[in-house]
Amino acid sequence: MTDIALPTVGQDAPAARPGRRISWAWLGLVPFFAFSLAFLIIPTSYLVFGSFQTESGQPTLQNYADLGQPQIASSYLTSIEISLVTAILGGIFGFLLAYAVISGGLPGFLRGATLTFSGVASNFAGVPLALAFTFTLGRLGFVTIFLNSVLGINIYEAGFTLYSKLALELVYLYFQFPLMVLIMAPAIDGLKKEWREASENMGASSFQYWRHIALPILTPTLLGTMILLFGNAFGAQATAFQLTGGQINIVTMLLTRQLRGDVLNNVNLGYAVAMGMVAIMGLTILVYLWLQRRAERWRR
Amino acid sequence: MRWTRFAWGIVFIIGFLYFFLPLLGTFEFSLGHPWGPVGAPPSLDYYANVVSSAAFWESLGYSFVVGIITIIVSIALLMPTAFWVRLRVPRARPLVEFITLLPFVIPPIILVFGLIGTFSHPPFPFTYTDLGSSALLVAAYTILSFPYMYRAIDTGLQSIDIRSLTEAAQSLGAGWTRILVRVILPNVRVALLSGAFLTLAIVIGEFTIATFLARPAFGPYLSLLGSNKAYEPAAVSIISFALTWLAMILIAFIGRGSRARVAVTGAR
Repeated sequence: MTDIALPTVGQDAPAARPGRRISWAWLGLVPFFAFSLAFLIIPTSYLVFGSFQTESGQPTLQNYADLGQPQIASSYLTSIEISLVTAILGGIFGFLLAYAVISGGLPGFLRGATLTFSGVASNFAGVPLALAFTFTLGRLGFVTIFLNSVLGINIYEAGFTLYSKLALELVYLYFQFPLMVLIMAPAIDGLKKEWREASENMGASSFQYWRHIALPILTPTLLGTMILLFGNAFGAQATAFQLTGGQINIVTMLLTRQLRGDVLNNVNLGYAVAMGMVAIMGLTILVYLWLQRRAERWRR
Repeated sequence: MRWTRFAWGIVFIIGFLYFFLPLLGTFEFSLGHPWGPVGAPPSLDYYANVVSSAAFWESLGYSFVVGIITIIVSIALLMPTAFWVRLRVPRARPLVEFITLLPFVIPPIILVFGLIGTFSHPPFPFTYTDLGSSALLVAAYTILSFPYMYRAIDTGLQSIDIRSLTEAAQSLGAGWTRILVRVILPNVRVALLSGAFLTLAIVIGEFTIATFLARPAFGPYLSLLGSNKAYEPAAVSIISFALTWLAMILIAFIGRGSRARVAVTGAR
């Protein structure tokens, strides 16, 4: 009898224990979840729910249909255009710069210097960055003056202004390409010498090495980082605000004006505009995570 | 071979100029625009004006204090979490990592939009008082620090044997607080410090959230100065650049040998 009873007790105990242990252990994460809920999830949900309501609180999809209004649609398009241009140009140039200082046969100290500069430049954004470009390319900026007095090029007569897409792209590139340098440097370091030697031994040209070996390995990291750069530019607010005084019609400026004085005359439409941004950012991150998983394959 | 090196040299010079010219322009402006049409002799008066102004020190001090509190809150929240996930609830890892990555998807302008919507009326009227608004600012910055801070701590924990350390400490009679503060924390010091300096660099320059919460922070101060004065904003920009520089140098110095951390959330 006892022989039979004992195992049943023994079986009961482990079955009960893990359940209890898991529930107690999860309690240790309560502060983190509570904080995230209060200051991240609930505020975001507030926008989500608001975006599906009319101003009197009735459920509606009209706010999302209204995203097609010319002013809103064009702000999205401009934001996407600026983000794409700076992601692609910043990505390509950042990659070239990273490659130049790592494998371009330049003096060795340039590598460390460039990486440190890049760390600083990628974090030098927002208000001071916008001001720096005003002092440089503004009407009185010394580059403007230099181009005019020495080379005879008046960029302002040629139609350049700091309120333009072009100016904003130039400014965004200042933090975009250093970010690319920082992320690409370890990836370029990861290209093993043996791969190049092996391909040369088999008679491959430099072009063939790049076309068939190096680029396919680097592509996921390259594309992934460009996507990160896209999101980086898409969500930027402070730089554009300081540079253009909120004049340029991009999504973050539309939201800025909406938050300041309800320019859309519909609070809930503002929430929908915000949600549209979140959707685009979410999509970019999903693609990024997928590409990163592919890039991992060649590590180690 | 020689001409490819030349081509890479050109790439480097373009990168260098891109980085350097706006700084030179700002520096030149901060000296009173000596190369401008008026051609006043260079002067350090504008730096003197800035450092003798109370508003400069007040806003810088405010942002610095907010940065320090943010760092403390962020570490106090994330280190026990990352520790606990590794030790006891590995099943929670995907969920916790997902949440710490959310600030990538929700840029500061959206976050502050939601925060104002949630906390500007009862039952949680944070924005009614200065202290409440500042607390909200710290909370928002803590959220912004999640992606890189959590990863830094988690990577730090990965490189030590937390299970053995915890058991050893427990068998000597240590409680959880003592284990975290006296045993685990010193072992992930490097990761924490680099995360802390990055947080400081980001918080001190942040504009978007601070301005919408109407906080007397450094970012809004510089922005306002930029539209009111000619040369002082240049001087403040140079100082702000020097601060970013200092933070990055400290990170590079502390984290020698460890992989550089890249922040994609922050004050853009």
